[in-house]
Amino acid sequence: MRYRIYCLLFLLLARPLDLFAAESPADPLNSVMWHEMHQRLLDGAPVVFDERVRVSAPAVAEDSLNLPLWIDATALGEVERLLVFAELNPIPKVLDMQPLKAAPRIGLRIKVQQATPVRAAALTADGVWHLGGVLVDAAGGGCTAPSMGSGSSDWADRLGEVTARLWSRENHSRLRASIVHPMDTGLVAGIPAFYLEQLEIRASGGDLISRLALFEPIAENPVLTLDLPKVKQLTMAGRDNNGNPVEAQISESSQTGSNRL
Amino acid sequence: MRCLIFISVLLLVGVCQAVERDYQLKPQQVAEDTYVLIGHDEHFSFSNGGNIVNTGFIVTEAGVVVIDSGPSRLYGEQLKAAIARVTDKPVVKLFITHMHPDHFLGNQAFEDLPIGALKKTQGGIRLLGETFNDNLYRLVGSWMKGTRVVAPNLQVEPGLEEIGGHRLQLIALKGHTGADLVILDQTSGVLFAGDLVFYGRTPTTPHARLDEWQAALQQLQKLDFKVLVPGHGPPVTSEVAISQTSAYLNWLQTYLTEQAGSGAAMAELLQPEAPQHLRELAVFSEEYTRSLSHLYPALEAAALAEGKVEQQQ
Ligand SMILES: [Zn+2]
Repeated sequence: MRYRIYCLLFLLLARPLDLFAAESPADPLNSVMWHEMHQRLLDGAPVVFDERVRVSAPAVAEDSLNLPLWIDATALGEVERLLVFAELNPIPKVLDMQPLKAAPRIGLRIKVQQATPVRAAALTADGVWHLGGVLVDAAGGGCTAPSMGSGSSDWADRLGEVTARLWSRENHSRLRASIVHPMDTGLVAGIPAFYLEQLEIRASGGDLISRLALFEPIAENPVLTLDLPKVKQLTMAGRDNNGNPVEAQISESSQTGSNRL
Repeated sequence: MRCLIFISVLLLVGVCQAVERDYQLKPQQVAEDTYVLIGHDEHFSFSNGGNIVNTGFIVTEAGVVVIDSGPSRLYGEQLKAAIARVTDKPVVKLFITHMHPDHFLGNQAFEDLPIGALKKTQGGIRLLGETFNDNLYRLVGSWMKGTRVVAPNLQVEPGLEEIGGHRLQLIALKGHTGADLVILDQTSGVLFAGDLVFYGRTPTTPHARLDEWQAALQQLQKLDFKVLVPGHGPPVTSEVAISQTSAYLNWLQTYLTEQAGSGAAMAELLQPEAPQHLRELAVFSEEYTRSLSHLYPALEAAALAEGKVEQQQ
């Protein structure tokens, strides 16, 4: 309900802005919300729809609380920001990444409330957002009940705990990390928004490798996949919106035999 | 003009009234006294009304034994009518092989009879039946009209049960779900394998444990049957459906385990490398994608647990 009011407010506010904004190009996904998203999330900045920004997702979300995404903008070269949003979600913004030294690509899982365009916008140095996206249906396959959320009680003790692994690949290191967190959206009555909102990845010497801002739609116990320059050891540190810290040191496991491209 | 409007209205009314939908169920005889109603090799959709499943029945001296009741009230009623076109004997018992909605949502039509299922199947239907029912409404629409969950009212124990001259061996297995009932009619040699066996159609895995499922398939290989009725796909007289199901599950397990071990993100695996004979199975791509969602999180958690992490908080 509160979200609806925000929506209305937003529509009212967005309207006058339109007069000054760059015109939104025609949307290949034909979404009714695209124009609003362009103003609201990208400040009406210049955009192009660009096949080099790839969003991979199943056409149908089998579990609407865990829709897997693979976002890849590496074909653009340097990317300053990578923004992911699910347009018809009550809270559209999913992720705002500054790749910095990491490759501009990321794997994650998100919650979707209904059929929606899922888009990635990659900002290049010339100030242009390059957009890719797909339509995802949230209907499910029929025999799956959505995962129950944080019904289990042990998350509180393990809040912020990181399970992760570093793989050495030919030209980079792959990091996969899973963080214990309920990622409550605040849209369920009586449960306030409680989510991881910031993560930084640093080399063991302290050099910043990549920075991520996370938002409510990311699935419970986020699992992130990132490709970094070759590292043997790194730290991942951040916090949630209540100030609870996450901090872990992750090293390449010596017994890792699977060196895949 | 007015006439045109009038005709359009008439047409509309006609369309609206023609909604008593027909599954066109046609029992096919697979052995003496034994009939199967074969569903479409598809996904749930409005056009198939959810009829993607096989049901069957055995006409015994003591009455008709039905195996699975289909995806909706309407299917259950039309199944009952289809049986009545084959025999005037009454239905005396219904067995439900497992908890999936396409196998039990027709129970309403048999509500007054003993409806037997394994204990865990009864529990699963009580717990998830309504969710399944809602899901199917969303997927197949008005075909589901008036469908309500009727949980099996009789707990079945494994063993022999003789009904009207047919010796039925009830076998309790698991793997496709936590409880999969298999019925071997020793009198006719027909094996009702439920969803432990798929044939020509990609297996589904929403509640699967692949190791247990493979063990169950090994059990089925040992049974002496003349005809095997899979849960989905045509009946067969050889073991080919068992080995096909096993081959698919084996590939799925191996492929996903390897990918998790080498650090693949889930959505990088939407276009899998699979052998041609598996890709040719009906709805391969859709079912594989669903299975990725069901199975990958546990495999990836196991792979991540091998990583080296020191918490610093
Ligand atoms: Zn099933």
